[in-house]
Amino acid sequence: MNFLKNLLTLRWLTGRRVVIAVPFLWLAFAFLVPFLIVLRISFTESDMGNPFGTLMTLADGVITLKVKISNYLFIAEDELYVLTYLSSIKFAAITTALCLIIGYPFAYFMARAKPTVRPVLLMLVMLPFWTSFLLRIYAWKGILANNGIVNNFLIGIGAISEPLHLMNTQFSLIIGMVYAYLPFMILPLYANLVKMDTRFLEAAADLGATPLQAFWRITVPLSKSGIIAGSMLVFIPAIGEYVIPELLGGPETLMIGRQLWDEFFTNNDWPLASSVTVVVILLILVPMAIFNKYKAEQEARS
Amino acid sequence: MTIERAAEPFLLIRNLVKEFDGVRAVNDVSVAIDKGEIFALLGSSGCGKSTLLRMLAGFETPTQGQITLAGKDIVSVPPYQRPINMMFQSYALFPHLSVWDNIAFGLRRDGLPKDEIAARVEQMLNLVQLGAYGKRKPHQLSGGQQQRVALARSLAKRPQLLLLDEPLGALDKKLRERTQMELVGIIEEVGVTCVMVTHDQDEAMSMATRIAVMSEGRILQVGPPGEIYETPNCRFVADFIGSVNLFNGSVAVDEPDHVIIDTPEGRHYVTHGITGTMGMPVAVAVRPEKIALQTEAPSLEQRANASEHGYNCVQGAITAMAYFGNETLYHVRLDSGMEIKVSRTNAARHDDAALKRDQRVYAWWDGADVVVLTS
Repeated sequence: MNFLKNLLTLRWLTGRRVVIAVPFLWLAFAFLVPFLIVLRISFTESDMGNPFGTLMTLADGVITLKVKISNYLFIAEDELYVLTYLSSIKFAAITTALCLIIGYPFAYFMARAKPTVRPVLLMLVMLPFWTSFLLRIYAWKGILANNGIVNNFLIGIGAISEPLHLMNTQFSLIIGMVYAYLPFMILPLYANLVKMDTRFLEAAADLGATPLQAFWRITVPLSKSGIIAGSMLVFIPAIGEYVIPELLGGPETLMIGRQLWDEFFTNNDWPLASSVTVVVILLILVPMAIFNKYKAEQEARS
Repeated sequence: MTIERAAEPFLLIRNLVKEFDGVRAVNDVSVAIDKGEIFALLGSSGCGKSTLLRMLAGFETPTQGQITLAGKDIVSVPPYQRPINMMFQSYALFPHLSVWDNIAFGLRRDGLPKDEIAARVEQMLNLVQLGAYGKRKPHQLSGGQQQRVALARSLAKRPQLLLLDEPLGALDKKLRERTQMELVGIIEEVGVTCVMVTHDQDEAMSMATRIAVMSEGRILQVGPPGEIYETPNCRFVADFIGSVNLFNGSVAVDEPDHVIIDTPEGRHYVTHGITGTMGMPVAVAVRPEKIALQTEAPSLEQRANASEHGYNCVQGAITAMAYFGNETLYHVRLDSGMEIKVSRTNAARHDDAALKRDQRVYAWWDGADVVVLTS
């Protein structure tokens, strides 16, 4: 009774709880509920007329719960899905590695630039966001196509006589992915490096470390959390990327995002598509968990 | 500790200049430091002492001038090749490395064999009494322990020159006093030549064999702590080190063994000669603890004792007093209007002749205990 009374007097509705509750409710409504729906569909039978299928039936006073796991078994058995997952991970990993290799020096020099120049450089990194993502990716078609800018230029200077086949290859896919995700690598790295105390580098030099040694022994380990954050920000969305493989990829660049699209809208097999989605989420959860664990450890330390 | 002066100084700084955007942070500094010295650069912030230290470490390139260490010019040698190590202000311990790895960092860069590195690190940990702390990370240590790790790290490579940047600045007062002694003990045990930078005169006085007082990029005076305190060579040094009463006046009598200075507070007899001319404006510097304070006129006996060296007496009234436990500081307004500071040690628990506010007093001192400042 007391509990009910407390509930009715709304005393628990303190400001702090309301503030936390709003985003939580939003996340529950916009992410958790849809995910549960997807999860539910993934266990049902494919039915052309009703994509949602049925999980539970009531007939003759018996509730029948029919959990169909064949979708998952199918994914595990069908070579195409396994290959697509592996290929998605491969492209996401290559993209992450290239973004790191290109982004780290970029972020480093940005962080070491004069404080007056830094906002300008930061602005330049974010400038591409002012144009539509779709447009920017589409523009690569014009650059890489057989009669595109690159080929025309190379033919023009006489380096090649036949146009190079650049579009719809792994090459064009990776270029597009790296191009699109680079800012997501640079920004967390920059935020980390700009905070770094340069006295550590002086101390390293003082103790006999050459600038290169100081970089590998001090700068890189100290920017570990920036590297992890940037890599997660690139890797996680890159795994499920749909637009870039669709526009720049080719038959050899299997990616799970396109596969999903096909299952949903070409094959109309929602249960299977939902299973594919659930597996993608599981794949992403692993690096997320590692990242969270690392962050928790770091926060516990400081 | 006496330092034997070698023919060639161990560390020689000659006409060193450092300009930042046309402003001279270090302005024509020359100083010679001998092996085994603990040499303190003392000054307030912005006086150029840290810039000078950073030039020794190699983090700043001099605009002009030379630095020679053991006969070799080191100006063009990059910091990672100098046989010099520095203990940084607030230590700059590498946060991602353990205490052990912090100390081993420099040794590894030298490519020493593993067992020698291990032996050297253990030796250093024992030296600073942190034997059991090798596995800890810097953030798991107290401020005093971090300071000792920083010292161990800077000594591990057995540098020819050790630089200390505000070595005790990050510690609280009580810990600082104890650490001062420890630090000097360790430095003397290792026998390394040391240049330290500090803004804290107590730290400089208690640790250094010689002090250079710096102001506006220049060294004003170099000498052992006692010399700096008792015979400052200018108003700035007299005022910066400790506290001082300055009587402004002019030279009335100028003899080789004594001078008499006329001031609005009366004639001052000083038992040392000066290089100056009759009538030139000078200041007589008298430290607060050199002045005796009493309610009755000094007795003939007291006067006779002092008059061998020169007897000086002024009169005034106590306007304020501050009790510090070990001593009491009195402010005395003289009849001329000038205010002087006098300190008295509270040698006994009960002072029957305790002085009170507004009391008229005689303040007198010995002419041998004062300095005439010509600049």
